[in-house]
Amino acid sequence: MHASTVRTLLVRGMLAGLIAGLFAFAVAYVGGEPSVDGSIAVEEAQAAQEAAHAGHGGEEAEEEEVVSRSAQSTFGLATGVLVYGVALGGVAALAFSFALGRVGRFSPRATAALTAAAAFTTVYLVPFLKYPATPPAVGNPDTIGKRTTLFFLMILLSVLLGVAAVILGRRLAPRLGNWNASLVAGFGFVLVTGVAFAVLPANDDAVKAGFPAKLLWEFRLASLGVQVVLWVVFAVVFGFLAQKALAARTAGAEPPARVEVPAAG
Amino acid sequence: MAEAAVSAAVSTPSAAVPAPLPVRAVLPWAFFVGLLALIALYFVGAEQGATSLFAGSDVHEWVHDGRHLLGFPCH
Ligand SMILES: [Zn+2]
Repeated sequence: MHASTVRTLLVRGMLAGLIAGLFAFAVAYVGGEPSVDGSIAVEEAQAAQEAAHAGHGGEEAEEEEVVSRSAQSTFGLATGVLVYGVALGGVAALAFSFALGRVGRFSPRATAALTAAAAFTTVYLVPFLKYPATPPAVGNPDTIGKRTTLFFLMILLSVLLGVAAVILGRRLAPRLGNWNASLVAGFGFVLVTGVAFAVLPANDDAVKAGFPAKLLWEFRLASLGVQVVLWVVFAVVFGFLAQKALAARTAGAEPPARVEVPAAG
Repeated sequence: MAEAAVSAAVSTPSAAVPAPLPVRAVLPWAFFVGLLALIALYFVGAEQGATSLFAGSDVHEWVHDGRHLLGFPCH
C-alpha cells in the first residue's frame, strides 16, 4: 500500500513537473529568447569584424547550422525545459515522500511547497550564484569541460549541504525548539556554502570581455525567471495533487481508530 | 451518513499532518528515478558539450537554448 502511494506521488510529481515545464517554457520563449538572439547577433558582429580585420573577407563568420534557429528557439527549447521539468518533478516527488511527516508538522501541501523551495534553492539558485548562467557565444570553448564539471559539482555540493542542514535542524529541534533549530541549520548552510564559494575556482572566462552588460543582465534575469516560475507552478500543482492523493489514502484505506489517535494529542 | 460526516470532521486535523512513508517503500523508487533523472539531465545539460556519448552535435544543437536558459554551461 505504501509502495503504491509512493508510485502515485511519483506520477503526480512528474505530471506537475510537465505542467510547470510548460509555464517555464512560455517564460523562456517570451523572456529569454530575445537576449539569446541578441547574444548570437553580438557574436556574429564580432566574428565579422575580426574577419574583416584579418582580411579574410568574412568567410569564417558563417557557421554551419545543424538545427535552425527557429527550431532551437521553439521545439528545441521546449524539449530541454520539459525534460528538465519532468525529471526534477519526479526527483522532487521522491524528496517529498521522504520529507512528508519527517520535517515537522506540515500538511502535504505545505511539505510540497517546502520541497519545491528547497529544490529551487539547492539545484538552481546556489549554483547560479557561484556560476551564473551565460548566454550563447560568450564563453571560451576550451574551458567548457572544466566549467561543466564545476557546475555539476556545485549542484551536488549544494544538494548535499541542503540535506545535511535539514537533518541538523531536525536533530537540534528537541533541544532548541523548531524556530531556533531552523535558524541554526539555515545559518550553517549559508556559512558552509559561503566557504565553498570562496574555495572553488572562479569562472572568469565564461563571459568574453566587452560583452554588453545589459544583454548579460537580461539573459540572467530571464534564466532566473524560468526557474522561479518552474518551481512555483510545481509547488502549487504538486501540492494540490499530493494533498488529494494523501487525503484519499487516509480517508479510504486506514481504520478510523488509528487516524483519530494523533488528533486527540 | 451523519456518522461518516463526523468521522471526516474528526480526522481532518490529523490528516493535515500525515504519518511518514516508510523509507524502504521510497528507496527503490528514489534509486530508479534518480538514475533516470541523472541521465535526462545529462542529455539536457552536458551531452556533446563537455563530453560526448554520441558523435556529432545534434543533441547539443537541439537542446541548445534550453541548456543556456536553464543555467548549464554550454560553450
Ligand atoms: Zn551554447
